[in-house]
Amino acid sequence: MLHLLAAEPLHLGHVDYVILIIYFLFVLGIGFVLKRFVKTGDDFLLSARSVPAWICGLAFISANLGAQELIGMGASGAKYGLMTAHFYWLGAIPAMVFVGVFMIPFYYGSRTRSVPEFLKLRFDEKTRALNACSFAVMTIFSSGASMYALAALLEILLGWNFHASLVVSALIVLCYTCLGGLTAAIYNEVLQFFLIVLGFLPLALIGMKNVGGWSGLVAKLNGVAASHQPTALAPGTWTSVGQHLSSTSANPMGVDWFSLLAGLAFVLSCGYWCTDFLVIQRALAAKSMGAARRTPLIAAVPKMFFPFIVIVPGMIAIALMYATQHGASWSHGFEIPAGNDGKPNFNMATPALLGHYFPQGMLGLGLTALMASFMSGMAGNVTAFNTVWTYDIYQSYINPRQSDRHYLRMGQFATVFGIGLSILAAYFASKFNNIMDLLQLVFGFVNAPLFATFLLGMFWKRGTGHGAFWGLLGGTVAATIHHGCTLPKYTAAGAKGGWLVRAGHAHIYATDMQQAFMTAVWAFGCCFALTVIISLLTRRTKSDEELRGLVYSLTPKVVDESPNWYARPGVLGVAILVVMFALMAWFW
Amino acid sequence: MDLDVRLPMGIMFVLLGAVLAVYGAVSDHRVYEKSLGININLWWGLVILAFGFLMLLLAWLGRVSGRTTTPTIKPGERERPGR
Repeated sequence: MLHLLAAEPLHLGHVDYVILIIYFLFVLGIGFVLKRFVKTGDDFLLSARSVPAWICGLAFISANLGAQELIGMGASGAKYGLMTAHFYWLGAIPAMVFVGVFMIPFYYGSRTRSVPEFLKLRFDEKTRALNACSFAVMTIFSSGASMYALAALLEILLGWNFHASLVVSALIVLCYTCLGGLTAAIYNEVLQFFLIVLGFLPLALIGMKNVGGWSGLVAKLNGVAASHQPTALAPGTWTSVGQHLSSTSANPMGVDWFSLLAGLAFVLSCGYWCTDFLVIQRALAAKSMGAARRTPLIAAVPKMFFPFIVIVPGMIAIALMYATQHGASWSHGFEIPAGNDGKPNFNMATPALLGHYFPQGMLGLGLTALMASFMSGMAGNVTAFNTVWTYDIYQSYINPRQSDRHYLRMGQFATVFGIGLSILAAYFASKFNNIMDLLQLVFGFVNAPLFATFLLGMFWKRGTGHGAFWGLLGGTVAATIHHGCTLPKYTAAGAKGGWLVRAGHAHIYATDMQQAFMTAVWAFGCCFALTVIISLLTRRTKSDEELRGLVYSLTPKVVDESPNWYARPGVLGVAILVVMFALMAWFW
Repeated sequence: MDLDVRLPMGIMFVLLGAVLAVYGAVSDHRVYEKSLGININLWWGLVILAFGFLMLLLAWLGRVSGRTTTPTIKPGERERPGR
């Protein structure tokens, strides 16, 4: 009964290829047209601060959306149900509001060209070097992971040659980012955003109709909950976001309120949205301070509603599979394809649903949208990489005091070798899948403490470079140690944790999600404490005057120049939070 | 940047919408069993077509009212904090 999708790839018709080709022609065309406007390094790497807020906002969310989010969120929707929405609600919206209202004034106002450069302005060179190097490595591996995932998916879904898919997708991204720079990447991200919405919204709508609307979905998912292994879960655990968080055993994700709020909502989400140059870069491209502050706020609006496009299909998929396994005929034998271990491969939930409902035509659109999401992730990582490489590594340490034209050329060259390295990383991922998971883990260790560093940097003038550097390093080490001493339930020690202690002595968490959240809390806490202690023990290297514009207490309050009260970042921020809470209450 | 992104975006979605809607109109209707009997190509193609026209309209209105994305800071004039 289980269909191995590898055995029966989806059949594309001529119309699907036409749709695909139209999309790629426009993506490349935008790169060619924008080439004329790229005259300086700033144009290429920073868009010369000239982009309107709404474009930056959509690029902000689209660059983040890339990689495996469409696939991964569908998988999580199948595995954990609507609680996955917390990655979009509690785990994103407050952080996005915070960065727009409180942190962008320092990023944009300091006229820094990158996040590592901000660390240099605020702290010192070694802190910048630490962040720049780890970020550069991270972006290459993230880009490579996207490429690998895309090529692997296309091979399974369509039977396309893995190597050809990899190289062609890399060449397309290379083409438009090398020609048009950051602006081409941003424009294409806006295109990709709408394509993703238009490609996946009908999937969610049709699926909802098929299962009998929201109440029908709830009823079917209660059946899924009841058959959950190893212990049955209460009705509503797959479709409510707040009711079942009192203990880790009460919900499919295996988390509780503390780890959700402290781990996800606070540390992990702020660690990403407030410090990751991939998204901050899009805000820095905005044409004014007001536009820059509004960028994450504008991005927060579609972000809130994305669960309905990316998570609900996963929930529908598992409901359908449950129905099939219990003999229903209306699900037409749909099942989530099995992986190599015989268990359902949840990453195939959304693609399988695509193949189940979409005839040729829409199928082409859906697949194009899927490819677009991967490519926006690749392009986002590459543009972030080439800026950090050119300004924070090359210009700072290797070859300073060259002409702007020299750095423009270097930026373009960095795009080429960045993509080349990403391809290597993609092959590395295909050979050593476990190592890639390990690398993602390591990056998590690096990201989690970063928010502590920035919080202290922007809001505490006593923070010193020594404190920041050792705090960052210490937080990363703390995360690693915590991982080595803990394990999710029913997991053997090794890549998943517990490698630092003797067998049976690891602290057990309910799920790997819980472990990840608590690791983040530890990393943040240690970094914060270390940074404070070492800062107090070391002398300040920067005077108040040098820190003006970089620290809250030393900066004149940002006067919002927009004439309309409703466009003020503070007002927008509050409105967005109200809507988020309303959504959470509705699906409580 | 003097290219309004809504222009190429509008053209692309008009094209995609047209392709889908036309295909939906001329294709064998039996394939729509899997989409619950709804001719999803035709209907959603029309939605996309409308969206494309909306983008083109907004781009045209933007041009007419003179609001283009002009840089407020010339790249060469910026002070460089990195030096």
